[in-house]
Amino acid sequence: MSISVLLSIIVTSLATYLSRFLGVLSSLKIKETSKIFRWFNCLAYATLAALIARTIIFPVGALLDASYLSRLLVVLLSLGVFFMTKKNFVYPTVFSAISIGAINNFF
Amino acid sequence: MIKKEFFLKGYKSILKPDSPAIALACCFVAIGALLKNVGFNIQESVLSTVLIYALPGSLVMAESILVGASLLSIFIAVWFVNARLYPMAVSLFPLMMDESQPKWKYYLSCHFIAVSAWLIMKSNYETVEKKDRVDFWIGIGSATLSVSVLATALGFYLADYLNKDMLMGLAILNPIYFTCMMVGAMKTLQITLSVILGAILGPVFYFYSPEWSILLGGLVAGSISFLIGEKNVN
Repeated sequence: MSISVLLSIIVTSLATYLSRFLGVLSSLKIKETSKIFRWFNCLAYATLAALIARTIIFPVGALLDASYLSRLLVVLLSLGVFFMTKKNFVYPTVFSAISIGAINNFF
Repeated sequence: MIKKEFFLKGYKSILKPDSPAIALACCFVAIGALLKNVGFNIQESVLSTVLIYALPGSLVMAESILVGASLLSIFIAVWFVNARLYPMAVSLFPLMMDESQPKWKYYLSCHFIAVSAWLIMKSNYETVEKKDRVDFWIGIGSATLSVSVLATALGFYLADYLNKDMLMGLAILNPIYFTCMMVGAMKTLQITLSVILGAILGPVFYFYSPEWSILLGGLVAGSISFLIGEKNVN
């Protein structure tokens, strides 16, 4: 195991743990019925939605190979599958993985 | 110590029909393949998932190593990218804080905060009494981390056999799964607005600052949704 890779892993894990740990420290003083808790709940959902939307619209890595139109189409079709299957999470997920390659060849 | 009954109840949540196991596993298969291509060996790849356990952080680390970034710049970049874990922790841990439980459980188990475990806990915490929720959470986190570690190793060994379409399929799984989970969680006005506005403002802010777009988008969208929701209730 090379030292530089090991150090990178340790530094990355510390940077990641820091936000988690600070979150727990703040939680010690916050009640689940308080307004600040509801605000943080909104912040968490909004931040996750922003992260997911960014992953799809401005991707990095393998998704860059799929065109913008094909990514958008897969999201819309998968949401269609989600509602048609009474909000099942597995069918749309599997559908997206299988269909993206085929859809990307057309668009 | 940890109550076995609630730990196992949490651990088994990964086996439910709507569990994130498949999406999570596929995502870490892609990470395992990526780390091999960056030059990691199997031990380093597995260790990185065990210690980091946050996808965007691992991606930033891999990119930083490729461009030869310094350790300080890796730390700052990863901290920014994973800063979303702070509001996620603050919106989850008050639900399981109980005086009968030792603090170390909270300090150690916060390592499990990631989108999949967070969403499972958010939709199931009411099925467990508050004093036992941290044990239930440790079970959920251990299960999601186990899946991630196994998938990273699998991805590492499959790296040479994955073509472009397969990698694309693995990469789209996770955002689609989480999109469905977020849409499924839209049960109150505040959460519905948070999800819709966050999905719009995150990409919009990208044009001003790619690095800050997620945090700024989340902060603005979450605050607007909170204020509208509070006004509506009052």
